[in-house]
Amino acid sequence: MAKAQGLTWTISDADHMTQAEIYGEVLTQIGKTNKKVVALTTDLAKSTKIGKFQPDMPDRFFNLGIAEANMMGIASGMAETGLIPVVSTFAVFASLRAAEFVRTDICYQQRNVKIIATHSGTSFGQAGTTHHCTEDLSVMRTFAGMTVIAPADARETGKAVEAVIERDGPCYIRIGRGFEPPLYKDMDFEFEIGKANQLKDGTDVAVIACGPCVVHAVDAAQQAEAQGVSVRVLNMHTIKPIDEEAILAAVMDTRRVITVEDHSVIGGLGSAVADVIAASGKGCAFRKLGYQDEYSIVGYPDDLLHKYKIDADGILETIGEVLKADFEEDEDWEDE
Amino acid sequence: MLKPAEKKKLADKARELREKIIEVTYTCGGAHVGGAFSQHDILVALYYKYLKIDPKRPQWPERDRFVLSKGHGGIGHAVILGDKGYFDEALLDDFNKTGSPFGMHLDRLKVPGVDTSTGSLGHGFPMAVGIALGARLQGKKFRTYCMVGDGECHEGSVWEAAMAGGHYKVTNLTLFVDRNGFCLDGDTEEIMTLEPLDAKFEAFGWRALTIDGHDFAQIDEAILTSQAEKERPVVIIANTIKGKGVDFMEGQTAWHYGGLDDQMKEKALKSIRGK
Ligand SMILES: Cc1ncc(C[n+]2csc(CCOP(=O)(O)OP(=O)(O)O)c2C)c(N)n1
Repeated sequence: MAKAQGLTWTISDADHMTQAEIYGEVLTQIGKTNKKVVALTTDLAKSTKIGKFQPDMPDRFFNLGIAEANMMGIASGMAETGLIPVVSTFAVFASLRAAEFVRTDICYQQRNVKIIATHSGTSFGQAGTTHHCTEDLSVMRTFAGMTVIAPADARETGKAVEAVIERDGPCYIRIGRGFEPPLYKDMDFEFEIGKANQLKDGTDVAVIACGPCVVHAVDAAQQAEAQGVSVRVLNMHTIKPIDEEAILAAVMDTRRVITVEDHSVIGGLGSAVADVIAASGKGCAFRKLGYQDEYSIVGYPDDLLHKYKIDADGILETIGEVLKADFEEDEDWEDE
Repeated sequence: MLKPAEKKKLADKARELREKIIEVTYTCGGAHVGGAFSQHDILVALYYKYLKIDPKRPQWPERDRFVLSKGHGGIGHAVILGDKGYFDEALLDDFNKTGSPFGMHLDRLKVPGVDTSTGSLGHGFPMAVGIALGARLQGKKFRTYCMVGDGECHEGSVWEAAMAGGHYKVTNLTLFVDRNGFCLDGDTEEIMTLEPLDAKFEAFGWRALTIDGHDFAQIDEAILTSQAEKERPVVIIANTIKGKGVDFMEGQTAWHYGGLDDQMKEKALKSIRGK
C-alpha cells in the first residue's frame, strides 16, 4: 500500500483511489482542522465524493438538492461571512448551468469559493453529451480572478485541493470520473499553482498537457524517444495563471509545440498556450489536440481519448506531423 | 374508464418491457434502472394508448410530443421506442457502448422518436412549455406530454417553467411528476423538502392531480382529465416506486444507477414475471 501525504493530510492506500476519492478524503481531513471549511453539493454527494465530509462534520455539510445555480449563490454568501465554501457537482453543471452565478456571485465579488468539479471532459463518456464537459476550462478561464486547475491524477489532485484551500480567491479544479491511470507513483513531486511540472526534458518537440492526457503525453514521449525524437513533456496542471516561462522555454528549446487536453481546442489549455506564444513573437510549429469544435460520440473514456487523438497514439502521430511542419525562423533560432 | 382487456394489454406490455430493460441493463453494464421503472407504467400508457404518433414518420409535424425531462430515464424510453419500431431493436445490444447512438441520456439527433435531447435536469420541462406555446400559437392540434423527476423539481428552472406554464395557461400540455420519493443521494424530503408539492403547483396556477403511477386505471383517468381541462394546465403527481417491479430494487436508493451480474439478472427477471 502506497502512502500519500500532504501538509495537512495522509492517505494510506493512494494507489487504489480515484481522483474524486482522494479529493473527498483530503477535504475531509482538512475540514477536521480548518473549521472555516464548509462543503456543499447538489444531490451528488456520493458521485463527487464530497459526501465523505458529511459524517464527521454534518453541520458544515449542505446537500442542496439538484440546484446548481442556487448552490453557487449560497456559497458566495457563505464566503462573505468568512467561511471557505467548497462546492462539488459535475463539471458540466458547475461551469455551464451555473456559469453566471460563478462569474457574478463568486468571481466578480471576489468571494473565496472553491469549485471542485468531477466527471469533466469525456470521463463520463457513456452518459452522452449532456454529461460531457469540454468547455469548462474555457469558460472558467474567462472569469477575471478565477484560478483554473486540471490535475493529472489522484495524487496531484490531493495536492491541488490543499493548495486551493490555502489560496485566497475563487478557484476551479476539474477532475474525472475516476478511471484515470496514475501519473505519479509517490508524493515526491512539487505542486505549485501556476508552475508547470516538467516530466521529461527534450529538444525536438514539446508536449504540453493537462488532466488525463498527461499520462499519455509521457507514454508518447517515451515511444518517440525510442525512435530518436527528443520530446519535452510539461504537465500544465494550472491553466490559469499559466506558466509563461515554461511555455516560452519550450518554444525556444524545441520550436515545436503540441498541446493536449480532454477539452475543446477553443479556449482551453491550447488557447492559453497559444496566447503566450503569439505575444512572444516567436515562431514555432503548433498543434492543439482536443475536441475540434465538435461534440464527442458516446463511448468508454479510453476509446474516446483514442478516437479524438488525445491518447498516446494520437500524440505520437502528431509528433511525427510537427517534425515535418514548416515554421518561420527568427534570429533567436539557436536549435540547429 | 379503462376496459379490463385494455388494462391487461397495458400491464402485459409493461411487464414485457420491464424485462427488456433488465436485459439492456445487463448487457450495457449499468443503467439508471430505478427511475426507469418508476416512470415506466406512465410511459407505457402514453406510448400504447394516448400518444398520436407514427413510428414510420418520426418527424411528422402533427405528432404528439413527449419530453422526458428526467433524461436519465433514457434506457426505459429507448426500450419503448425500439418496441414501437422507431429503430432496429438490435441496436440496443450496444446501448452505451462506444459509437452507439444511445448514451444514457437520449439524443434527438441520433435516436428516432426522441423529440428533445435531455439529461441535464430542469431543461425538458421549459422546452415542453415552449413546444406547447408554439403549437397553440400556430393552431396545431397536437398535445405535449412531459415528465419530470421529483428530485428534478429541486431545480429552479422547473419552477420558472411552472410559473410560465401557469401564466400562459398551457392546457395543451400534460405534466407528470414521477414522485418516487428519491433523488440520487436519498429521500427527497431529507435532502430538500418538496412537500407540499401539489400545493406548490396549485400556487403556480396549475391543477394538481395525485394518482398511483402504477395503476393504469388511475393513469388513464388523469390523462383524460388533463385533456379535458381548459382553464388551468394539469400536473399529474404520480406516486411511484423507484425500481418498481423488481423486489430487490424497489424503494432502494442504491438502485438509482446499477449494473447486474448473471445471478441478479435472473433474480430480477423472475421478480418481474412473478408479479
Ligand atoms: C442538472 C443536473 N444535475 C445533476 C444531475 C445528476 N443526476 C442525474 S439523476 C439525479 C437524480 C434525479 O432524481 P429524480 O429527478 O427524482 O429522478 P428519479 O428518482 O426518478 O430517477 C441527479 C442528481 C443531472 N443529470 N442534471
